[in-house]
Amino acid sequence: MTVVELARRLRGGAVSARELAQQALDAARRRADLNAFIALDAERAEAAASAADAARAQGRDTPLLGIPFAHKDIFCTRGLRTTCASRMLADFVPPYDAHVTERLDVAGAVLVGKTNMDEFAMGSSNENSAFGAVANPWDGTRVPGGSSGGSAAAVAAGIVPFATGTDTGGSIRQPAAFCGITGLKPTYGRVSRYGMIAYASSLDCGGVLARTAEDCAHVLAALAGHDPRDATSAQRPVDDYVAALDQPWAGLRIGVAREYFGAGVDHGVAAAVHAALRALEQQGARLVDVSLRNAHHAIAAYYVIAPAEASSNLSRYDGVRYGHRCANPTSLEDLYTRSRAEGFGAEVQRRILTGTYVLSAGYYDAYYLRAQRVRRRIADDFAAAFAEVDLIAGPTTPTPAFRLGEKSGDPLALYAADVNTVAVNLAGLPAISLPAGFVDGLPVGLQLIGPAFAEARLLAAAHRLQQVTDWHTRTPGARP
Amino acid sequence: MSLDTDRLRHLARLARLALPEPQLAPLQHDLARIVTLVDALQAVDVEGVPPLAHPLALGLPLRDDRVTDADRHADLAALAPAEAGGYYLVPKVLE
Amino acid sequence: MSRAWEAVIGLEIHAQLSTASKLFSGAATAYGAEPNTQASFIDAALPGTLPVPNREAVRKAIQFGLAIGARIAPESVFARKNYFYPDLPKGYQISQYELPVVAEGVLPVRLEDGRTLSVRIERAHLEEDAGKSVHDAFHAETGIDLNRAGVPLLEIVSAPVLHSPAEAVAYLRTVHTLVRWLGICDGNMQEGSFRCDANVSVRPRGETRFGTRCEIKNVNSFRFVEKAIEYEIERQIRALENGEAIVQETRLYDPARHQTRPMRGKESADDYRYFPDPDLPPLRIVPEDIERERAALPELPEARRRRYIEAMGLPALDADQLCLDRATADYFEAALATLAPQAADPAAAKLAANWVLGELAAALNEAGLDIAAARVTPTALAQLLLRLREGAISGRNAKEVFAAMWAGEGEADAIIAARGLRQISDTGALAAAVDAVLGEFPAQVAECRGGNDKLLQFFVGQVMKRTRGQAHAAQVNALLREKLAP
Repeated sequence: MTVVELARRLRGGAVSARELAQQALDAARRRADLNAFIALDAERAEAAASAADAARAQGRDTPLLGIPFAHKDIFCTRGLRTTCASRMLADFVPPYDAHVTERLDVAGAVLVGKTNMDEFAMGSSNENSAFGAVANPWDGTRVPGGSSGGSAAAVAAGIVPFATGTDTGGSIRQPAAFCGITGLKPTYGRVSRYGMIAYASSLDCGGVLARTAEDCAHVLAALAGHDPRDATSAQRPVDDYVAALDQPWAGLRIGVAREYFGAGVDHGVAAAVHAALRALEQQGARLVDVSLRNAHHAIAAYYVIAPAEASSNLSRYDGVRYGHRCANPTSLEDLYTRSRAEGFGAEVQRRILTGTYVLSAGYYDAYYLRAQRVRRRIADDFAAAFAEVDLIAGPTTPTPAFRLGEKSGDPLALYAADVNTVAVNLAGLPAISLPAGFVDGLPVGLQLIGPAFAEARLLAAAHRLQQVTDWHTRTPGARP
Repeated sequence: MSLDTDRLRHLARLARLALPEPQLAPLQHDLARIVTLVDALQAVDVEGVPPLAHPLALGLPLRDDRVTDADRHADLAALAPAEAGGYYLVPKVLE
Repeated sequence: MSRAWEAVIGLEIHAQLSTASKLFSGAATAYGAEPNTQASFIDAALPGTLPVPNREAVRKAIQFGLAIGARIAPESVFARKNYFYPDLPKGYQISQYELPVVAEGVLPVRLEDGRTLSVRIERAHLEEDAGKSVHDAFHAETGIDLNRAGVPLLEIVSAPVLHSPAEAVAYLRTVHTLVRWLGICDGNMQEGSFRCDANVSVRPRGETRFGTRCEIKNVNSFRFVEKAIEYEIERQIRALENGEAIVQETRLYDPARHQTRPMRGKESADDYRYFPDPDLPPLRIVPEDIERERAALPELPEARRRRYIEAMGLPALDADQLCLDRATADYFEAALATLAPQAADPAAAKLAANWVLGELAAALNEAGLDIAAARVTPTALAQLLLRLREGAISGRNAKEVFAAMWAGEGEADAIIAARGLRQISDTGALAAAVDAVLGEFPAQVAECRGGNDKLLQFFVGQVMKRTRGQAHAAQVNALLREKLAP
């Protein structure tokens, strides 16, 4: 069921918010095998659902009122443990709400729990969690993608109609593709990062995973907007995403980037994406060849910039003011080094060390500064392409979901899987991944990228495709 | 540019991460491979290209000079792993 | 110091900007609060919190830049300085590195020997202060208080162009006066709102290359700065003359032993891994902002001092004293405005200066008050001085009246009337009194006219007695001389 369908049923009185909340909690427990949730909060859900029902009885009727959902466990929720899937924050109970938390609260949506993720958002498979890996609802032996794996699995398995996520290098889009759902990464700065635990500050974006573009539009409407508590929050007015869904678009030019169909892309994936693009063509879009010349440098640039920023952002985790503290520290040094070694998982430590390296004296120019120059080149490539086209398309990922354990021993193999997504973050652009068919029964994602603040255009294009195709309606069968 | 175990120890020191000896070699191996990956950047022509620190040219909004945060001591104390008399505690530091 | 050596000193001053809230958070900045009661979630570096800069801190930085004739950077960048220390909650300090808000400027510094030094200030930038460590309150632990973490600092860096402890202190005092004058920092060294680190090295006289320098940190009084630099110069010279090399290190001044010693526990050469803070886009300052601040700048101490000397004819010493403190100079001018509202009046200026620097200063001192809390307003003082100038009151009585005003007895005229202190300077009344006295003592009159000058004083005394001490002494003197002329 989508947000829109559930809202209709709530409006018609066919079901109450309390019933929906209960169903979501039951489904979560039934599908504990997915390990999609780090925490469920029945009490909070019950209270929020009751309030939503009461508000509806008073005449309130807004799109998300009474709709159950989950937050990626990276968004601070006051009074509710927020762990970032790390031992470092295993018992951290924030005394404040993130912007994203506040907005959905005000919208009347009903939070049922916090979803599993790669630790501190570092990963592409949700295998880097201190709370265990998450399984892909389409195939329990495969990864759901990461870092928003828990959110993707929860939506794909029908536990909740939408969940929040974050996307720093593809962490909303890639799991959406692997799990056959729709994932939206807004423009950098469109959604406030206040209360969103930081990984890489110039790349992190809060966004949404849902079944449809229409649902994403409703959630984005609640999340988007300026927040004075985030100095990188965009001041630009928020478009009416829902109204824009049915905007006319004859002649929409879609750039097909040849670099996104490179050697590493599975043939089946390429074929599925091409089929989806032809469907868009039939709807009046015009496909244009474009080239993003520096696309193949994006991974290298990303794996310099993101770890660099992360190495600094994670310095605050030192056992002094909150979070994990080692037992019986013998000195200040011991307090720091042991608390941090015990609190952080292997991938996080790798990225902190990488980041420290590329910022260190003698290496800063050659790595960090150079990576930022390459970043500008990549951003310029997109700008040049968008002078010719309205959107850019390609497969979200080179392959469908890989198996659990397949790449976890080799960080570089995992990094390489981000090849189609990271450039978007480097340029700060919005992008959406939507279901575009299957390969061997596994979902394939089509990625549409837009210029800055073109979320309405992206959502409209995705919505149009979803009105003439049905990939987004397919759900995984019962678990094997 | 190489990343040997000496450099790794130095980085771990800068990052305040305890690195037990058995972890050194495998970690050095992984990091060296990552460095090789990012070394590909050296081949890119970036002549005359200024670095891009912020993806979009957003201005920096300023805040009015007003006290908007009340005493948060109770919340902070509740989070503190070691606290006494209102202070956070760490093992004694010599100056 | 031996003439074979030259000392090279550069000062890094950290001035806490007197904003109500912190640089990047809305927590209060007031001194002396209970530990961790002025630390917001941002200051405690809770996960997910973000910095947002304080507009007033930026304005104050611009004002300082303009006061030293520096270029204000149209775009400056906040950078992270990464290191671990418990009083640094984020594990990095938000500072400015390659692109500071204030670029190079110049500050004229008057030395005690009369020379004026043009001290080049390389830069001034905004950064956040760290918290405080308390080492002696707990047995085996150090306590951390984050009240100070995040308070805005303006770091002012001089070029290494000072060559003696005296020059360094003169520069320090000049900056101290200036930041207080501009109202951007209260300059309270005891409370730590004005701190100084000194970089000291020596080299053979004539040598242009710099010697190895040591940094002396956090010396919190002018006197200690002078002593610490003095000691450090001697120490380095002695070492070099003994053939030892100077180790580049950070040292602390020990006021009890009058020595500097190396700081323990601090990284000697930390790699700060500076990079632009991704949470803060560049700070843009447009010409309109700068002009607005320029228009709002008060007349600077140097300019005011010169005006006092040139336009008002005040002696340099008085001008110096009045311009040590803007509130004092303002008080003086406010009094002068009432005392001599029309054209330039050097005598009035001198009179006002004497009283502000004399009676008023003494009264403030005794009461332990700041001039802002003076118990006599400039206008009230001016009214007293008007009576003095008119001759309605004698100098000695004026002091008595001032004391009464200070004690809250009211305004000058009321007190003069109440205490009958009005001096008779009406020529008619005085002439009558003089005539009466002369009439009473005809023999003495004759004697005086005959040549006994000493009797003049006798007659003055008699007139004073007759007028109950209220006669204007000088006028009486003049009248008597006239009437007793042979």
